[in-house]
Amino acid sequence: MLVFLLKRLIVLFLTLICLSFTVFSLVTIEPNLKKLALNQANMRMEEDEVQSWLEKNGYKRPLLVQYGEWLGNAVTGDFGYSTHFRKPVNEVIWPKLGHTGILMFWVFLLTIPIALMIGVLAGMREGTKTDRSLSIFAIFTTSVPPYVSGILFTILFSSWLGILKGVAKAGNITFANFALPVLTIVAYDIGYIARMTRASMVEVMGSQYIRTARLKGMPFMAVVLKHALRNALIAPFTVIMLQFPWLLTGVVIVEKLFNYKGFGFLLVSAADQNDIDVTLACGVVAVVLVLTTQLISDIGYIFLNPRIRFS
Amino acid sequence: METISTFEIWQTFFYRLWPVWLALAITFFFGLQFRKKLGPLGYIFDSKVGLIGLFIVLFWIFAAIFADLIALFEPLDQSGMYRRKPPGTVNTEAGLPYIFGTDTLGRDLFSRMIYGSQIVLLIAPAATLVAYVVGITLGLPAGYIGGVYDTVLSFLANLVLAFPVILLFYLLVAPGVRETILPNIMAGIFFIIPILFALMVVFSRFSQRLNVLIPSTLIILFVGAWLYSGLVFGSDPLGLVGIEPNELNIFAAVVFTTSPGVFRIVRGLTLDIRTRDYVSAAITRGENPLFVMIWEILPNARGPLIVDSCLRIGYVTILLGTLGFFGLGMEPESPDWGSMINQTRSYIRLVPTIVLPPTIALASFVLGLNLLADGLREQSLKD
Repeated sequence: MLVFLLKRLIVLFLTLICLSFTVFSLVTIEPNLKKLALNQANMRMEEDEVQSWLEKNGYKRPLLVQYGEWLGNAVTGDFGYSTHFRKPVNEVIWPKLGHTGILMFWVFLLTIPIALMIGVLAGMREGTKTDRSLSIFAIFTTSVPPYVSGILFTILFSSWLGILKGVAKAGNITFANFALPVLTIVAYDIGYIARMTRASMVEVMGSQYIRTARLKGMPFMAVVLKHALRNALIAPFTVIMLQFPWLLTGVVIVEKLFNYKGFGFLLVSAADQNDIDVTLACGVVAVVLVLTTQLISDIGYIFLNPRIRFS
Repeated sequence: METISTFEIWQTFFYRLWPVWLALAITFFFGLQFRKKLGPLGYIFDSKVGLIGLFIVLFWIFAAIFADLIALFEPLDQSGMYRRKPPGTVNTEAGLPYIFGTDTLGRDLFSRMIYGSQIVLLIAPAATLVAYVVGITLGLPAGYIGGVYDTVLSFLANLVLAFPVILLFYLLVAPGVRETILPNIMAGIFFIIPILFALMVVFSRFSQRLNVLIPSTLIILFVGAWLYSGLVFGSDPLGLVGIEPNELNIFAAVVFTTSPGVFRIVRGLTLDIRTRDYVSAAITRGENPLFVMIWEILPNARGPLIVDSCLRIGYVTILLGTLGFFGLGMEPESPDWGSMINQTRSYIRLVPTIVLPPTIALASFVLGLNLLADGLREQSLKD
């Protein structure tokens, strides 16, 4: 098992280097740098002045050298300087990440129990009316992307009923201004996890040991709770963790939609404003988050599944 | 301001869509008549859910085809007098009603929604198709041969999949990127793969029959080179095939984010199917690996792949909507659904209905595809 983990860590490290390099080379392409030069120094610079500005600031060196320098700084915790906020990136990004963390916390708190419950209820008796209607509900929620459901929820709860607010204020959250963003992400996320749980549950319910338990006269609910659930929940666990890149995209959309100034909002506005260091830092933080969840998923899978743990 | 009633709005709506209803009626009539001959696709008529999905998807396909007949106004026509009007307002000059209202530049939302379907229904399936060919061409050998080739490609696929899609879009579909040759390089790689795939298909089947092999290879090379020059370099000698730089950029980015998922599915299916007896039989017969992969494994993987392609077109539609929502890549005037949502969403306090046409259009199309996929899966499991 240790060898497996070590292997995973090496792959993870390699992935991180590749991805951060990709982000770095795409953020620092020539047109972006020129725009940066015009923004930073003087809007009415001539072409050769732009070139000399780039030369002076070290953007003309080979890409690998620049990347090495950036990586060296990033490892020691220095992500550079935000040209838009006019302060170090570290002071910008971590508070925003905290705001998004709160959002994610509530999303997970609501999504996981609801999705698992729907999945288990649908999957424990395959093909029944409950199964069909819950499955169609799950299909329905995955079909409506967050930028659609968020707007529809806003019209319904904010414009029409007037009980919730269509704008969320980061750092000062109340039920009224925080419920809609959470609801929107939860609605999009529930369907997928529920369908995975259902598939896993259907598979487990068809296995021999469940039939044995039923035949020895155990009540149906007891079989489900005592025998089926444990095995049926292994797959959804990995799915929930591997879902993370997807969830992150949902979070970016929702933060933009509801003007919630968290990490996703920062990522989008930094990219729009050509704030190179912030975009880079956001990109790398996003990638690190995704890879961390993948590692957690791997380790969790080993712990949950004895067949792997003892082999 | 002259208006028409809600009943008249829906009356006009149903009346304007007559080509769609007619085409739907004809399709379903013949579909039911010949359902036995349609093979796996005929099973869809046995599933209620799948049938509803098929209905919605066909509705949008026909709406895109007959957009010129259905739309009341031109999608880009602006009108200073009729801005942000509620549904049912009549344009007295033209004598035509804005049945779903107008947007902030006085453009008819109904017509834009109908024309928007053309953009969405062209790019989403086309990008999915290219992503599929790329995924199949790389995934079949990865599952069949394995080894270093598989390790490297799987690593690369996981690399792309670990990116949050939105970050990738912001990096790949930015105006700055369009000034570089990066989109052309990506498109150049993605569009060469279908040509290679077509060559492999022909070669693996007819390698012993030169009288078929040579002409078909020449045709593929000729057509391939023609399309390739038009799509990647924008220099089609006949001037028939062309793609705007921003569309090429979108296309390349969508294919790039979608193909790793296809690769993983094809690889998994290949790993499963290559253990079957008919594959061993083909190997024993002395068929070359190319033939086994393309003519033995691929046709037997079609069931799950058809279901997945329906889901994936829906997913790509959502991706395109995301691009439009963030104002990335699409023309600012573009009537595609994502951009329409982005253009109208600031005004929902003034006119709540302003954002409904594009949102409901997008959600219903994706729902249709997902229901269709569910119906197909259900029926294919029964066999």
